[in-house]
Parts: sequence; structure tokens; C-alpha cells
Amino acid sequence: MRRVSAFNLVSLAVGIAFLYLPIVVLVIYSFNASRLVAVWGGWSLHWYAVLIHDAALIDAASISIRLALLSASAATVLGMLAALALVRFGRFRGRLLFAAMIYAPLVMPEVITGLSLLLLFVAVAADRGFWTVAIAHTTMAMCFVTVIVQSRLADFDRSLEEAAMDLGASPLKTFFAVTLPLILPAVIAAWMLAFALSLDDLVIASFTTGPGATTLPIRIYSEVRLGVKPEMNAVCSIMIAVIAIAVIAASLFGKLTTARGGPGRVQS
Amino acid sequence: MTKLGHGSFLQKLVVRVPFIWLLAFFLLPFAIVLKISLSQTAIARPPYTPVLDLTAGWHGVTAFFGGLSFDNYALIGGDPLYVLSYLKSVEIAAFATLMLLVVGYPVAYAIARTSPRWQAVLVLLVILPFWTSLLIRVYAWMNILQRDGLLNDVLMALSLVKTPPAWLATDTAIYIGIVYSYLPFMVLPLYATLEKLDQSLLEAAADLGCPRWKAFWLVTLPLSSSGVIAGVLLCFIPIVGEFVIPDLLGGSRAPMIGQTIWVEFFGNQDWPAASAVAIVLVCLLVTPIVIYQHQAMRAAERD
Amino acid sequence: MTRPGFAPWTDPNLRPLLRIEAVSRRFGGFAAVDSLSLDIYESEFFALLGPSGCGKTTLLRLIAGFERPNAGRILLDGVDLTSVPPHRRPVNMMFQSYALFPHLNVEANIAFGLKQEGLPRDQIARRVADMLALVKLDTYGARKPSELSGGQRQRVALARALVKRPRVLLLDEPMAALDKKLRGETQFELMELQRRLGLTFIIVTHDQSEAMTVADRIAVMERGRLMQVAPPAEIYERPNSRWVADFIGEVNVFEGRLGDDGMTVDGTTAGRLRLAAKADAEPGRIVFVAVRPEKVRMSREPPLPGLDNSVPATVMDIGYLGEMSIYKLRIRDGVVKAAIANTGGGAQRPASFGDEVWLSWPPDAAIVLTR
Repeated sequence: MRRVSAFNLVSLAVGIAFLYLPIVVLVIYSFNASRLVAVWGGWSLHWYAVLIHDAALIDAASISIRLALLSASAATVLGMLAALALVRFGRFRGRLLFAAMIYAPLVMPEVITGLSLLLLFVAVAADRGFWTVAIAHTTMAMCFVTVIVQSRLADFDRSLEEAAMDLGASPLKTFFAVTLPLILPAVIAAWMLAFALSLDDLVIASFTTGPGATTLPIRIYSEVRLGVKPEMNAVCSIMIAVIAIAVIAASLFGKLTTARGGPGRVQS
Repeated sequence: MTKLGHGSFLQKLVVRVPFIWLLAFFLLPFAIVLKISLSQTAIARPPYTPVLDLTAGWHGVTAFFGGLSFDNYALIGGDPLYVLSYLKSVEIAAFATLMLLVVGYPVAYAIARTSPRWQAVLVLLVILPFWTSLLIRVYAWMNILQRDGLLNDVLMALSLVKTPPAWLATDTAIYIGIVYSYLPFMVLPLYATLEKLDQSLLEAAADLGCPRWKAFWLVTLPLSSSGVIAGVLLCFIPIVGEFVIPDLLGGSRAPMIGQTIWVEFFGNQDWPAASAVAIVLVCLLVTPIVIYQHQAMRAAERD
Repeated sequence: MTRPGFAPWTDPNLRPLLRIEAVSRRFGGFAAVDSLSLDIYESEFFALLGPSGCGKTTLLRLIAGFERPNAGRILLDGVDLTSVPPHRRPVNMMFQSYALFPHLNVEANIAFGLKQEGLPRDQIARRVADMLALVKLDTYGARKPSELSGGQRQRVALARALVKRPRVLLLDEPMAALDKKLRGETQFELMELQRRLGLTFIIVTHDQSEAMTVADRIAVMERGRLMQVAPPAEIYERPNSRWVADFIGEVNVFEGRLGDDGMTVDGTTAGRLRLAAKADAEPGRIVFVAVRPEKVRMSREPPLPGLDNSVPATVMDIGYLGEMSIYKLRIRDGVVKAAIANTGGGAQRPASFGDEVWLSWPPDAAIVLTR
């Protein structure tokens, strides 16, 4: 029996309002017909129209999306391997170092990771561009993936894996037939997180990119550091809408599969 | 207890692939940063010397080590600009973390106290802004905080001020931006701990005659300490090195260390100095990380 | 339950199906299984019995391959299993938690092991259907484990392991989660199944009545070692130590010194006790006379002087169990337990609290233990 006190309700309401206010304001102003933010010129789709003709912006968006897809997938695979290593393989040589390398990037300021990766690429005389940013994003994101998958694996019922092996499935087969289907929601959530991190990243991309690989955040940043621009409001509103839809769809899908008795938190 | 056969090829692969990746793209870069911080600026690109020339054999190695110098560190220590930048970063991070705690705890507590069905929805609501780009959200605050923005409109409408004050390029704006952006990082660990809190403990406290507020102080707060620590570290450390928020919302008069590194790097092209600043920052931040790891291990053992 | 005529362990020419040779499994400084040797024969229903922490589950997992021994080896059909990983051993396990795959339905769960063998699909379908019929779950094939009751899930787990026709089936406390009535029914079903299929079962349990009911032989374990391996009746009637005697059922133990003729024991709390046969120990040595409570007779009058051992006692406590009552009686320097069947009708009781009675038992009702 949980009683929600008035204080709790108020703090919840205030907290949630605080979180959404700026986003709401930004979206509203993207429809502002007037260029001057101070003046409300009525509802207009003008700035969205401008966007469509901004080739550089669309190019940047396409680069960002491709980058995010690639690095999210790579990070998910690497992160899953790392999580398996940490949870399943007990003590192995270098485990402490391994764990430190996994957790450190999580809290390390991005300027530092960005700086260090750039210096690496320069030291090996690599051509900086799409691929260097991809490597950087993969490295940054895999740590988040590891943390998410690791906590799911730790909760996982080991006897299911033992049962599969007992019935003749090799360890590899066991992973794909039993473990993976049951941790899939966590893996997907981790992939989405990696995707969002890559799509959003400004600092690391700035350090590790090269000519011809301008990402969307870099473009947006170079525009807005001089002040508010309505086209940017429109870009941001689109990004917000896309992400909101994706996240809500994902959580609804998650609820749906749990309800149908599929792999969900309840069973194992 | 291993899942695979001892030392099987597959097991080795699972460990080694991510291990080697991280060695190459995390540890090695750090070593390079360290090396460059001990180097001297040169005009030519890449802008640093000395270079480790292995083809020159042992002589090359000794020449390399001989060329290293702590000049950059001396520079940092001597120039008040850098020291101020570090101090400012720590100061802002500390206060911001405190504010995050004060704002985030009630929110987390409130969510933990609602019914499980609502909890899922509320957690989603809290997380959702986090999925949108940080850049976007900070930019959103630029909209509101600019001189002719929403905040001043409201203040003027309520006649709280005569002339619209400048919010941007102030520390206040930085605090607002940081608290706004990092709130989920504080709320979620707190919520995770509070949600696990055994309601029957509070009922037992009430049964033993403890008033609600006292039970909170004596039971809930201490038991949520691991969540508090996790949230504090998850916020404090990255905030120290923040770049985007102080750059867009704050001024450049008293930059935080993230901005300093950026400027050294892209502005002054002084890579060795930037590296030295970064190394010192890492050393500063390693302590809380180690503490966090220690805590996490102890908590895991306790469970 | 002993099958008449089935005692392969007595035949010196028969090779055991499973041989465990001086196997040890240590965790740090603690030996879960301590240099244990055991032979198990084909078609036996073998029980590993012991208190929690005795190592019985560890031994089971060693046989299944989920643990590797620090010393010793395990041979199946003469083949050393030590280097064989669990997924290649012709041994299958029924897990205590059943470990049914939640994302697969009943049919897919049972078919899982057959799929790993690479059998053709129609053959798999047939064997799955046969197995479902065998465990009486014919129409449940399409259900998911979450839609089944505990007893049904147990049968699916059993079916899943059996369908592979393993050389040895391991059962880890299979009935721990079932209620008493269901447990009794399932025990008999299991026994019937095992007899019919002629398979070798090894069951781990901490419930002695379960072990006594289903097993051909029981291995009583404590702290990683075997205390006694014998058929149930022998374990019960002729335990080899006080520990085993006390672990299985209830027992009264009288400590005393063996007389010169080896037929009497002096100095016990029940006085001088007579034995039915010459004890296998030197005279003068400390021995223990063990008498099961159900063999103790209770009467108001002193028994006629004869060969029976007898001692006066006072009723301290009575535990009414329905079919019988357990009496706790005080004798001069100790306590004796007597189990008396409630054959009288209604509230009629042979004795009540505080009554003075005489306890007696014939000499052959006791066994002499030297440890």
C-alpha cells in the first residue's frame, strides 16, 4: 500500500515540468513565423521548409545516422562480449584492468577521451574522418552497453544455461538458443542507448573527425554558439520527435512482449 | 565457475576481443596523452616533439626520454589561469551536485513511492529527455534564458524586474543547464536504491513508535546511501569536465577546465599544454572513481 | 523400495555403469566432496541422501559435468569423463528449479535436446509426442512454462531429460517444490517409470522417507564423505554408525561397556542390556546400543522376567501424529523415545502425561554400534 503524499506529488510535478519545459519551448518556437525569437509571429512551417533545402545540414544528418547505426551495432557486440567476460568468466588475468577500462570511460569527461583518441590517430597518422569517429563512438558506447547487459546477465538464471548444455547444446549454441533470446530486451535497450549517444555526441566527434565528416551536432553547434537560430529549433524539434517516437514505441513493444509471456523480467 | 571449457578458444576470444579493443582505443591513447604532456610544442604538424624513433635503436629511446620535460606541468602550476579553471570546475561541480541531490532526491523518492504501474511510466518520463540530445536541451535553455527569451518575458510580465537581466554568460545559467542535464543521472541511481527499500522496515519503525520524518532520517536515508554515492559520483565527475554547457550558456571569462582544454587544443594549437591539463584533470578525478569502485564491490559482496 | 532379486552390487562379475574413483572437489579450503569412491550399477534407482551442505548436489554436478574434480575421476561405461564437457556426456539432469526455457513452449522444451542431436524433424516430433503421453501431458504441448502448475512443470522437466534416453538420469531434489500429497504420487510414478524404462536414476534428496521409498540403494553423505551405502532396509535396520542411525528416522542410543562374554552391555542409562548375539568388538570396549522407537513396547505392569531388556520410565511428553504417537519418557539418567501406533479407538491412550510405565524391547530389536 503506497500512499503518495502531497509533497511527493508536488515534487514529482515540478520535477517533470522542469524536465520538459525547455523542450516544449523549443518546439513551440520552431513554429514561430518571426525570425526574432522575442516576437511571436504566428504559427508557420517556414523554418522546416528552409531545412529541406539546406544540403549541408541534410548531409550532416545522413552522416550522423550512418555513424550511429554503425557504432551502436559495433558497440553492442563488443559490449556484450565484455559483459560476458566480466560476469561469466570469474577470475582471469587482467580482470582488474579490464574492469577499470570498462568503467572509466563512463564517467571520464568527454574532452579527455576525445583528446586522447585524437592524439592516437595522429600518432599512427590515420586519416581522420568517418571511420575515426566511428571507432571513437564505438569505444565510448561499448562501456554503457557492458553495464546494461552485465546487470541483466547477473540476474540471469544460470541453471537455464546448464540445462541447455546438459541437453547437448555446446556453449556457443547455448548462448544463441537460450541466453541471447532471454536477455534480448536489455541488449536492444543497450543498442538504442549507444545509438542515441552517438547521434548526440558533440565533443568526441569534434576531436576525432576530419574533413568531409561533419556530424549533425557539430553543424548545430557551430550555428548556435553565436545565438539562437530558428532553423536550428526546427532541426532540434524533428530530432526530438523522432527520438520520442522511438523510445515510446520501444517501451510499448517491451510491454507487449512481456504481456504475451515472452522473454520478460518475470521469468528468469 | 566458467560456462565454457577451461581456456577454450571461444572463451579466450570473448575476453580478448573487447580487451584488445580497449587497450588500443582507451589505454594506449592515454599513454600518448601522457607522453605528449611531457613534450614540447613545435610549429610543425603534428605540433609536438620529441618523437620516439625506434629505428634509431637504444639511442633513439634515450634521446626520447631525454627530450621529455615537465615544462608544461610547470606552466600549468605557475599560470593562475589554469589553477583558477580547475578550482572553478570543482566548485561548480560540487555545488551543482549538491543542487542535483536536493532536487533529485524528492523526485526519486516520490517515484519510488508510487504504485509499480506508475513507476514504469514515471521512470520513462524522466528518462525521455535524456534520450534527446544534450546539445538540443542546452540549446533549448538558450532559447529561454536569452535576454528576450521566455524567462525574462515571464519576469517582466510578473513585474519582478524592471529591465530584462542577462542570464546567459553567467554562472547561474551554467548551474541551470547542469542541473537540468544531469538530473536523470542523479534520479535514476537514487530511484534504483529507493525502489529496493523494504517497506516493512518503515512499518517496523512506525510500529516501534518512530514518527514519519524521523523514520526517513534514521532508516530511509542511511539505506539509500549507496544510491546517493552512486548518483553523486555519476554527476560530479563528468560535470567537472563539462564543455558544452559552460560553452553555450556560460561566458568565457572564467572558463571551466573542459573549455580550457578545448581552447588550448583548437584555439592555441598547444597540444602539449592541453595534454598536461588533461592529465592533471584525470589525476584529480581518479580518486572519486576509485572510491566508487570500492563502494560498488563492497555492496556487491554484501548482497 | 527393494526389488526382490535385484541386487547387482552383490555380483562381483558385474561391472558398474558409473564408477566414481576417489573424487574430490574443493572450494578454497573447504572440501565439498572429499575423496569419494562409489559404484553405481545399471538400472539402479540410487539415492544420495544427506543434510544440506553434505556435498550430494556437488557430487551430482560432478557427474553431470558442471563441476570438475580437483582429484580422482569419473568413469561411465569404463570411459573417463573428466575431460568431457557437459554437453557431450550421455548423462541428463533434471534440475531442482526445473530450468524450463521460458521463451519456448512445452514441445520445444522437450524437443530441445533432440534438436542438438541433429535428428530429423519427424522423428523428433514422434518422440516428443510419445514422451508427452508418457508423462500424461498430451494436450499441453503448445503451452508455455509460465502457464503450467508446479507439478506439470516438473513433468516437462522430466520428459525433457528422459526423451534423450540418457545412460544415467540425475534428479536434483525433484520433488522439493511439491506439496506432500503430490510428492507421494510423484514418487511412485517415478519409480514405475524407472522400472519400465530400465534406466539408471540417481536422485539427490534431503528427505529420508523419499529416499527410503524410491531407492534400490541409498548413499548417506555427510561433509563430503560417504557414511554408508546400502539398500534402505539395511540402512534403517543395520546402520553402521550412530550418525547414520540418528540421521535416518529416530533412534534411542544407550552407551555402555561391552561385557566379557560379548553378550551384555553394562553401565547404560537403562541398566544392563542383553544382546541377541555376540557383539563384534573386544570386551570392555565402549559400545552403543541403538533401539528404534517403534521397537520399544510400553506397559503399565513390569514385563515378566525373561530375555527382554526393560526399564521403568515416566511419560514426559506425547506427540500425536495421527497414525501413531511419539512418547518422550524420562528414565533415570536420560530420555527414551517410544513410537506407539494408535490402534485403540478414539481418545484411548496407553498412557498419559506423568504416568509411570515400563519400557521393554527384545534383545534382537537393538543393534550394537562401535562408532
